[in-house]
Amino acid sequence: MTNMKEIKEVPDIDRNLWLPGNATCAGCGLDLSLRWALKALGPRTVLVTPASCLNVVIGVWPKAAPDFPFINMVFAGGAAAATGIYHGLKARGIEDVNVMTYAGDGGTTDIGIQGLSGAAERGTNIIYVCYDNEAYMNTGIQRSSSTPLGAITTTTYFGKQEHKKNLPAIMAAHNIPYVATASVADPLDLYDKFKKAKDIKGLKYIHIYAPCPPGWKIDSERSIEVAKKAITSGMWILYEVENGVFRLTGKSKRYIDPKKRKPIKDYLTIQGRFRKLTDDDFKELEKYRDSLWRQVNKELSFQELEEK
Amino acid sequence: MSEFEGKRLVKGNFAASYAARAANVQVVTAFPITPQTLVVEKISELVDSGKMNCEFVRMESEHSVMAGLIGASYAGARTFSATSGQGLLYMAEPVHWAAGTRLPIVMTIASRGIAPPWNIWADFSDIVTQRDSGWLMALLSGHQEIYDSVLMAYKISENPDVMLPYMLAYGGFILSHTSKPIHMPKQSLIDEFLPKIPKLGWDHVFLDPDRPIMHGNLIMPNTTPGYQEFRMKIQLAQLKAKPIIREVAKEFKETFGRDYGNGMVQEYKCKDAEFIMINCGILAKQMENVVDFMRSLGHKVGMLRLRTYRPFPTEDIIDAVKHAKIIGVVDRATAFGSPTGGPISSETMAALHNDPQTKDLRVIPFINGIGGRDVVTQQQKRQFEILMECYDKGELVKNEELMSTTYWTGAMGVK
Ligand SMILES: Cc1ncc(C[n+]2csc(CCOP(=O)(O)OP(=O)(O)O)c2C)c(N)n1
Ligand code: SF4
Ligand SMILES: [Mg+2]
Repeated sequence: MTNMKEIKEVPDIDRNLWLPGNATCAGCGLDLSLRWALKALGPRTVLVTPASCLNVVIGVWPKAAPDFPFINMVFAGGAAAATGIYHGLKARGIEDVNVMTYAGDGGTTDIGIQGLSGAAERGTNIIYVCYDNEAYMNTGIQRSSSTPLGAITTTTYFGKQEHKKNLPAIMAAHNIPYVATASVADPLDLYDKFKKAKDIKGLKYIHIYAPCPPGWKIDSERSIEVAKKAITSGMWILYEVENGVFRLTGKSKRYIDPKKRKPIKDYLTIQGRFRKLTDDDFKELEKYRDSLWRQVNKELSFQELEEK
Repeated sequence: MSEFEGKRLVKGNFAASYAARAANVQVVTAFPITPQTLVVEKISELVDSGKMNCEFVRMESEHSVMAGLIGASYAGARTFSATSGQGLLYMAEPVHWAAGTRLPIVMTIASRGIAPPWNIWADFSDIVTQRDSGWLMALLSGHQEIYDSVLMAYKISENPDVMLPYMLAYGGFILSHTSKPIHMPKQSLIDEFLPKIPKLGWDHVFLDPDRPIMHGNLIMPNTTPGYQEFRMKIQLAQLKAKPIIREVAKEFKETFGRDYGNGMVQEYKCKDAEFIMINCGILAKQMENVVDFMRSLGHKVGMLRLRTYRPFPTEDIIDAVKHAKIIGVVDRATAFGSPTGGPISSETMAALHNDPQTKDLRVIPFINGIGGRDVVTQQQKRQFEILMECYDKGELVKNEELMSTTYWTGAMGVK
């Protein structure tokens, strides 16, 4: 872990491999996340992205926002293509390149989960990132299994009936060397996690909370505010699981104390996608948040016991 | 002598594995499906026992098999896999991506019938589903040809004028699981025959942080050159592949002494034949005996084996059959709703129609051996007899096997 307290301490802060002027919407979480990820990984990085917003915002041919090798891929093929790239480069004696998949929540939690699970089980030496904007944005805001309960999408007119799938937990259950959650509201924490992932062998999974103003019906300038409130309300928890050891990180650490957590209403009511929430929905979402923290507590107390 | 050189008794599937080894493939991804399994089992054994030097990745599905090969090929590696039937259907989407990216991947297909009902026996309907994907395709007829075709495929695919992936199909079980002696050439000769793998990756796509490129992003319909031109280039590469396939077959014969016709088609007694049957795969090989027998009865018959399916050997067929009185085309595959119900017969008709030398040549379509159903020489003899009768009468001969304009040899009539 670096001990940087401020963004301006980040080395090469002004150098961008993911170039400004790309076609992301104003306030796009994906855009910020990728910029920070590349700052940490540096230029010896090869990226594959399955069908998603990222496929489009890189620029319509022949324009190109990535200043590093970047290939598009079929929707379900993100993890497998990265696997092939890793082995192809290895066969040619090239092992100093970070091979990374950068996929949306649809490409990860739905159509791509089989390929991701396979790559994880095989221990393939890649970084797999899910930038989670909680719906299929590229095709016009349809629900994914990562869409939270109550969120309106173009296929959940009255709000989604089911809870969000907990993919980081599923990935942790694969016993891979590194699983982390991150958020664009805590860029230093995100940066640190990529720095760490870069040096670990095996499959590293990083799941990034990435607001999408048009999809979430929020003003562009409020996307970081929303991401911050996700953390302060305890709805999004920053943690990492390194070789099986669970650790709260960054801005989430203090919210282990339930009294410090802000009401989830503060987080939900500023987003248009939650405008149809009923009182029951609020209660249900609160229960959901508490269950996430119960899991955290379980992990931590179990580890404490083990240490004794 | 090494176990990989000289004469050996091998199953058809092992011929594919040994050839992949001989071709020095660098990455193999695999997922099992009957009747392909032995191909990748053998490679797994060879890699684990240190007899084959390549990255072998046990994927969790065929979709990932092809996406993985695409990744490895983008990265500049020589790649190989094998599949069958349902597996090929499951990987359809990346199959098209591989051709669109112009990656010289080689994949053998132990062809099988498409379900339902479940079927695992010889039937080329599986590769027919991918025939317009941009892949080069060959239909093979023997164990030796499987081995040899893998070597030829890399040479053709990696030719800078082609740069298209290659599918090599042979009948499941009938070839995949039977054993025959094959001859494996000296490695040094093979190394000399094959192209060198470029040190810095392929010329047109590479993943090199020192030369960053982006590939595959969205392109607007009216950008020129653009999508339409990229697609035209795939068809152009298919056309350019024809002389290269012929050239490689010739060079192969000169180097290793084995004859695959002109690479596109292989004639059997066609030169003076009045009645010619176009056939493919193992049933074409079997039909050679029938041709000999018919000739012993005084009938001037011949057989043309369609070896290359993509690019379609239009000129080669016209050249070989233009003097015939009538021709038959035998499919071991279905193309439902097409003019004849058989893929090769439908395409042959289209191909002949546009050439003044063959535009009036009558084509009689046959379909047989579907889902591995037996086709015996008696039935192939009957196919020739029907062909001759149709010519004599000037109309289709009615029988139980005739449905619309196509004879479904060995089938019960259906209502
Ligand atoms: C096989 C396949 N099915 C459907 C699509 C259409 N499609 C393209 S992107 C996309 C949604 C992507 O959602 P996600 O992965 O969450 O990324 P986002 O667009 O939200 O960034 C869909 C459904 C496709 N390209 N391929
Ligand atoms: S739609 Fe959402 S995820 Fe896609 S570019 Fe715009 S803000 Fe980003
Ligand atoms: Mg999404």
